[in-house]
Order: sequence, then structure tokens, then C-alpha cells
Amino acid sequence: MKILVAVKRVVDYAVKVRVRPDRTAVDTASVKMSMNPFCEIAVEEALRLREAGAASEVVAATVGPAQAADTLRTALAMGADRAVHVLHDPDPARPLLPLAVAKILRALALQESPGLLILGKQAIDDDCNQTGQMLAALLNWPQGTFASKVIIDKDKQKATVEREVDGGTETICLDLPAVITTDLRLNQPRYATLPNIMKAKSKVIKKVTPADLNVDVRSDMEVLRVDEPPKRKAGVILSSVDELLDKLKNEARVL
Amino acid sequence: MAMAAALMAGALRRGRAGVGGASEMALRRLVSTLIIAEHEGGLVKPSSLSALAAAEAIAKENKVSLLLGGSGPTLHKAAQHAASSHPLVNEVLVADSDVFAHPLAEPWAELLRSVQQKGGYSHVIASSTSFGKNLLPRAAALLDVSPVTDVTAISEPRVFVRPIYAGNALCTVRYTGESPCMMSIRSTSFSLATESMSETKVAPITQVDLSFLSEASSRKSSWVNLTSQDTERPDLANARVVVTGGRGLKSAENFKLLEQLAEKLGAAVGATRAAVDAGYVPNELQVGQTGKIVAPELYIAFGVSGAIQHLAGMRDSKYIVAVNKDADAPIFQVADYGIVGDLFQVLEELLEKIPDKK
Repeated sequence: MKILVAVKRVVDYAVKVRVRPDRTAVDTASVKMSMNPFCEIAVEEALRLREAGAASEVVAATVGPAQAADTLRTALAMGADRAVHVLHDPDPARPLLPLAVAKILRALALQESPGLLILGKQAIDDDCNQTGQMLAALLNWPQGTFASKVIIDKDKQKATVEREVDGGTETICLDLPAVITTDLRLNQPRYATLPNIMKAKSKVIKKVTPADLNVDVRSDMEVLRVDEPPKRKAGVILSSVDELLDKLKNEARVL
Repeated sequence: MAMAAALMAGALRRGRAGVGGASEMALRRLVSTLIIAEHEGGLVKPSSLSALAAAEAIAKENKVSLLLGGSGPTLHKAAQHAASSHPLVNEVLVADSDVFAHPLAEPWAELLRSVQQKGGYSHVIASSTSFGKNLLPRAAALLDVSPVTDVTAISEPRVFVRPIYAGNALCTVRYTGESPCMMSIRSTSFSLATESMSETKVAPITQVDLSFLSEASSRKSSWVNLTSQDTERPDLANARVVVTGGRGLKSAENFKLLEQLAEKLGAAVGATRAAVDAGYVPNELQVGQTGKIVAPELYIAFGVSGAIQHLAGMRDSKYIVAVNKDADAPIFQVADYGIVGDLFQVLEELLEKIPDKK
């Protein structure tokens, strides 16, 4: 079985983002970029499944500008076997939407015919939480979103997925092929070691365009404006619990 | 009905072909909304009632249909609750089948597609719960439209504000695609005016034609079980007061102190990712970008540093109190009231000085 993993290059999670003065977008020029944390977990899970003998090959894919190749190299250095880069330079006013990404990934899935697709549950830049669900719908495959545990039964061609839902943990069983999206607690991604980073340089990254895949990347969303969130007014540091209780009772009136 | 829907879809398409104001006006006249309503114990969940406030924000004269699925007497009790929940509610649609007893995305998305194709709604709303987030994008892809996630404000029928980058920026978008315009809403950003609830109007309840289900021959997913944490305290997402602990609490044992305080305040207990990962509390208590989004009247954070991913989940709280020994912790930049000091001393003192809830 082959596993296809989708990864995205985003602003590093530790960076405090700033809105551009013209309010058209968040400033991403000269900001540290990394692999989306949920995607790292997706790559790690695919590698663990391969190491456990449930999969034979792990293919990483991304949709993005030329620089997104770095993200694929990271996935290769972690241990992915090869990669596909769908080149797309986004227009900030008409960003590439999850539906277009899902259509591109469906085209790749039809070419590669993986037994399992793993994605992160959301990208930490657009915070959409849509692509995996849409991809599953387009392929008419079952979905296991927000996965915190994945068990593959190769003989029965089934996946048992524990999902993080409001109010607890839900367990579902999916027929393969299926789409799984990762929650933070699924695993702890490994670091790429130097020898593996060197090895990754000789691994193959195939380049294609959305047009090669016959996918129309039209966008149905127009970004009108990006604003800073309202600032909270400066608070006060209090010296005692009594003072706090007094403020909560008499100033905030919440107690 | 089907013909009216077709006419409306046609009108919407023509409306879009026109320019600017004319199309907006055509749209305003033809707004009709489908809300996917979650229910529990015979009642529509508060997060789904918030979707009614969002429907009201789309258009004052919005014809709203509420869709409920499941089986058994609680479904029908919830349908009755839905029918009299708000004057905007025009119709309650009930999908009564064991297939919908569990929140599996595959049959639910087919249900949503079928109901949308018959009803020709201009808008579809779900709440940003784990159910809504799992289902809505799947249904949207079946309908070949792009949904908007986590809407926090609606300024025009197709213009929405949503947080991006963990709430560090607010993005205003216009949806320019085909109908329906689908969205998940952040329920803490929408609340129903209570007076509108008291009006006595009961909408008709209609059974959904489930013949589409037989076409979907094979079931590719099955539900196994749900492990839930029993708790008597208010639901975290809707609580008026939330007390949260971070890594600073040091142990699961110490979280009991927080629970005692929550008891006294009638509050829900929350946690940071660090506290969850350290095993102090189960993960459904996590507040943040990847956990729950809360906006209570009072949020008290003990031993929480204030990482941006955590702030994303609570920055809209009305009053924020932070107790932390590190005066430089970023949580103090958003806190209305802060105490720099040992959280255990503060906790003990609070437990002593706050009277018991009757």
C-alpha cells in the first residue's frame, strides 16, 4: 500500500504575524516559513505506518510556489520516499482555496492510487480545516478527521481511527482507501538527521502544474481586507487577592 | 417546491451576472437559510441556536429551515424545540433514520446535499463544532462550492469576517461563487436576543425524504464508540466563567484545586495544550487554536504563559484574569487584572474567600 501525504508551507508557528500596512494581507515577506505543524504529524504517521509494515511507500505532495520545494525536502529528509510539487503562485487577493487544493490532490490520488491519504487537520495560516474533508468527498472515500490514533488492518483493508471530538474521543472504522486528517496528539514528529537531510537531496521531486492535472484553480472568495484584531485595553497588576475580588465584584461586576 | 427552488437558483445566477448593488438587492430578497442543528437530550444545542443569530445577521427577513437528524423520541422532542425556537424558523426538517444516529460525515453529507438540492437555499450554516467542521466541507465539496470557516461577523449576505493566523488577523472575504453560500460560525460570536425567543410561533415539522440513501449503496464508515468525560459542570464552550490551568499547575492532583474553585464559581474548567500533553487533564478541556474557542464573561488563567495558540481560543473573553509568577508572561498583555505571584497561594486564598454557591 502506498500512502500519499499532503504538506503545506506556512509562516512558522512561533512567528508573531503582522498585517501589511495596506491591509491587503498578512506580511509573509522575509518571515520564517516552515512545514505546517499538522502536516509534520501527517508525515510522521505515514512513516510510522511504513515502518510497521502497513505501507510500502510514502509520497509527499504540496501545492505552492517554487519555495514550497523546501517543505517537500523536509518531508523527504524525515523519510518520505519521493515527492510531487504542484507549482502554483497564489494571488493574495484571490488565495488558493481548499476546494482547489482538494481537486488537485484528487487528481494526484487518481494517478498514484494510494491506499491512504493523510493530511493535517488544518493549516495554521488560513485556519480553514476543510481540505481533507473535501478531498474525501471528491474521491467518495470515507474520512477520519482529527485523528489521535490510527490502526491499519491490512488484511481486512480497514482503518480504525480514534478522533478528538467535543466531549471526548470517538472511534470509527473506515474502509480503505480513506482520508485521515491529523490532530496534534496523534504523534511526536521526528527530527530529520543530517545524513537523512543529505540523502533527501538525491530523492526525486516531480514538478507538475494544475493545468497538467486538468484542474481549474478559480477562486470563489475575494479577500476584501485584512485587519489587526482589536487591541485589548491595558490591564492592571494587582497586589492582593482581596484587591482582585474587589475589582471583580465592583468594577467588572462578574462575581 | 422544486420549481420554486429552480426559479430561485436561476434568479440568483442572474443576480450575480448583474453588477454591484442590483445583485446584492436581488440576493437580499431571496435569502433562505438551512441550518444544520445539533441536538442532545431532546433540546437543540445552544451552539446551533447561535446559528439562528447568524441567519438573522444575513437578512432580517430570512426564511430559515432547521435540519435535525437522528432517531428515537429525543429527535422528535428536539424537533418540537426547534420549531418554536425563533420567529425566523420557517420549517423544521427531520431526517429520522438510524443512519444519522451517529455523527458520521459520509451519510450526513449526502443528506445535506439532498436537502440543499431540493430546497435551493441561498445559505447553509453549521456551527464550528467538531460535528460541523467534519461535515460541512464534505457536503460543500459534493455541491462544488467553497465554504467559509469560523465566521465571527456578517456585514452583508455574502461578506464575512473570519479570524486567520490563530486570531492574529481578521480577514474580510466576499463569497463570489455559486449558491449555496456555506459557512461554519463561531457560536461565541453570535448570540440570540432573548426577547425574540419568547414569541410563540411554531413552525411546521416535515420529514425528509430519505430515498437518496438507498442509492448510496455501500457504507464505507461505521461508528464504534464514544469515550466521554463525565462532568457536572457547565459546558466549556458556553460557560459564563472559565478557570484554566497551564503547565504551572504541575500535576493532575493540583487541577483538583481548580475544580474546587470552578465549583464555587459555577465555572467550567479549561486547560492549555501543555497541561493536556502533560496528562493533567483530558484533551477536550483544551482551549486554543486547536482546541475549544471560548468567550466567557470571566476567564481566569492560572499558570498560563499565553502562547499565541492559546490566546486564539480565549482572547474574546470579556474579562481576563491572569495569575502567574513570571511578570513577563505574555498572558499579562491581554489580562484586565493580573497577579504576579505563586498561583497556589492565590488559589488557596480565593477558595477561602469566595463564598459557596448556594
